[in-house]
Amino acid sequence: MKKQKSNMLRGMMIGAGFVAVAAFLFTGCPSQQGMLDTRDAAEKVYVAPGEHDEYYAFLSGGYSGQLSVWGLPSSRFLKVIPVFSQDPETGYGYSEETKPLFQTSYGFIPWDDSHHPHISQTDGDADGRWIFINANNTPRIARIDLDTFETKEIIEVPNTGGNHASSFVTSNSEYVIGATRFSIPYEKDLDVPIDSYADNFNGALSFLSIDQETGRMNLDFQIIVPPYNYDLGRAGKGISSDWVFFTTYNTELAHTLLEVNASQNDKDFVAAVNWRKAAEFVAEGHGRTMDAEYYHNYYEGNQGFAVSHVKNEVTVLYPEDVEEFMYFLPTPKSPHGVDIDPTGEYIVAGGKLATVIPVHSFSRMLEAIENRDFEGDSNGIPIINYEATIAGEVEDPGLGPLHTEFDGDGYAYTSVYISSEIVKWSLDTFEVVDRIDSYYSIGHLMITGGDTKNPDKRYLVGLTKTAKDRYLPTGPKQNHPAQLYDISGDRMQLLYDFPTIGEPHYAQAIAANKITERVKQIYEMEENDHPHAVRRVGDARVERDGDVVRVYMASIRSHFRPDNIEGIRVGDTVYFHLTNLEQEWDVVHGIGIKGANNAEILVAPGQTKTLKWEPTRTGIYPFYCTAFCSALHQEMQGYVRVSAADSDVELVWRTGN
Amino acid sequence: MRITTIIVAILSLFLFISCGNDNESQQNRSQGETQNGLTEFELEHGIGPVTERVELGVIDPEKVDKGRSIYEMKCEACHNMEGRMVGPALGDVMERRSAEFVMNFILNPSGMTREHPVGKELLREYMTPMPFQNVTEPEARAIVEFLRDHSNN
Repeated sequence: MKKQKSNMLRGMMIGAGFVAVAAFLFTGCPSQQGMLDTRDAAEKVYVAPGEHDEYYAFLSGGYSGQLSVWGLPSSRFLKVIPVFSQDPETGYGYSEETKPLFQTSYGFIPWDDSHHPHISQTDGDADGRWIFINANNTPRIARIDLDTFETKEIIEVPNTGGNHASSFVTSNSEYVIGATRFSIPYEKDLDVPIDSYADNFNGALSFLSIDQETGRMNLDFQIIVPPYNYDLGRAGKGISSDWVFFTTYNTELAHTLLEVNASQNDKDFVAAVNWRKAAEFVAEGHGRTMDAEYYHNYYEGNQGFAVSHVKNEVTVLYPEDVEEFMYFLPTPKSPHGVDIDPTGEYIVAGGKLATVIPVHSFSRMLEAIENRDFEGDSNGIPIINYEATIAGEVEDPGLGPLHTEFDGDGYAYTSVYISSEIVKWSLDTFEVVDRIDSYYSIGHLMITGGDTKNPDKRYLVGLTKTAKDRYLPTGPKQNHPAQLYDISGDRMQLLYDFPTIGEPHYAQAIAANKITERVKQIYEMEENDHPHAVRRVGDARVERDGDVVRVYMASIRSHFRPDNIEGIRVGDTVYFHLTNLEQEWDVVHGIGIKGANNAEILVAPGQTKTLKWEPTRTGIYPFYCTAFCSALHQEMQGYVRVSAADSDVELVWRTGN
Repeated sequence: MRITTIIVAILSLFLFISCGNDNESQQNRSQGETQNGLTEFELEHGIGPVTERVELGVIDPEKVDKGRSIYEMKCEACHNMEGRMVGPALGDVMERRSAEFVMNFILNPSGMTREHPVGKELLREYMTPMPFQNVTEPEARAIVEFLRDHSNN
């Protein structure tokens, strides 16, 4: 028995050894895997019930079109902020107030693909005022106020196909940038053969100024550039804060089978643009005016209806019209990300087909410009010699390096897609010092306080593309994961792994106190400027104007006022303008009415929202509060009587008698 | 097993700490307390930010107007002047309660319904807890003026 046991033990040990060797062969040195003792990892992510996390993390929803909010390090899910997609849960995109946000020159667009959230900055640091996020598909940029966590503005970006290199802000939020990923013909709705690409297609880099009081965006100008694919962008920092940088691929000008045809050149470019100079040229009148059609949607007042304005022209700047303000930096090969270190000196490109990570030096770039160290030009834009700007090449970064963030302590962390890992390397020696697996196929990564001049060397979140076996299986299509790593020490350590919503494409995390001090708990009733708000209880009423019936309705725990309405007719368009009279944090009322081809509407304390209803059949229609608001929530209901189109039932309403 | 132990230990620590805080605040409150842990003043005039008697004086018509507009915006959905609605009738409230009591109820309704014997009794009777409606102390004073004026008429 004893013998047998020890044999078994030996067998197990051999087995374990075999697994370890196999694991080693497969993944590399075990000590590099950063497998933290489970107990230590649990302690590091544990935030006690009722306690708050240290960071807010904003993860884009990718093809969900939304933005999700999480607490770090606990990785607690806090909320989804609906942005580019209708959200029946809250009524966003269904309420009359929010519908105008979805207007574009192509009509009402109920969905988009949201990629890169970026928090507004002051002096190179995230300030927690607003967060911007781009829509890839029908090019737009949205602004979310971080005092209410609500989308307040969406602007369409013309002359753009796939607004991917967006929505990154400059150091003092002077501009939020965008660019065309897919070059397209410029003239509006130009109908040309696709193979006239080289002749008719163009690229545009977009610069939207930000009003520092309201956050409101304005498409200040676009720069007309060669018809490459403009992939990602970032603003400079510190010494380079007057510049923005974009990666390009498809310098081959392919328009079909890009995976082959756009992978021919050994080097594509990083475009370096002195935005301050460009803006000055525009201000001095050197831009041209181009016809365009794009929508600008925002709230004019504090919380009424969003409005849509159509704009019909845009100012464009042709590089050849003015003195030099932009340059191309040759960069291997089909670079994806372009990331600027906290000092602003290093411009790191993720050459996704390259065998090294190329690192350009900003100061050497300025010297090269000074010395006219150019190897040619593209459409008049000087191409600087590769050797002149390159500060180093990181060897052995793994296969398919994409994006880099920095810890402010001399190290960079690059996500590597094909070999599914994160590599940490020194900005001093350009040598890899640590690497750790990701689960699986990492895209962007994010460091707390990152893409600012003062990142916090605390946590890194890897945003990965497939979950496979990481969680309980949920069918052939699973939610995308994210992994939380501790980067406070010399080695990266995996702490936690959690599924997210949609595709968490890029993310930003900010110290919680920068936001908690500004978060609103209620909308103050005195400041409700909604044109159909019920500001006095006595104002609750129903008004008919032809076929349009407006119900000015108030709600407070636990009744609607009015809650009995008669005299509605088939064919009427009924607007329920519901004001939540509560002034207590998180006491929300909603409304759902039977048969409405719409969503519910949730109304925050002190807010007014409108549900549109077009009854098609006579009858008695119950409506009720959809938000569990009180002990008598089940009593919070009402009835609408709908009569025939030609009926003469008098319009009456009442509550409680 | 060990994780559980640690978590339990952390939780116990929190329990201990938060219990400690509670004890402390209890102690601070205990000076001059009578029944239910409340002071004479609190029993008579409610629990909340109003801790001293308020000088009422003659009715100030400006305050009455201000109080009326706040009342119409933030109170009237649940209170009638005559007869019960969601909450009790307020037409005669100034005859039944002190100004300080009414102000504390407006300013600290959850505290009043949780800790004050009258507040608890009212919650049992009406079942819907009165919400805080983001009213400031001067605004609560104005509402009192409006209610006093109503009683007088």
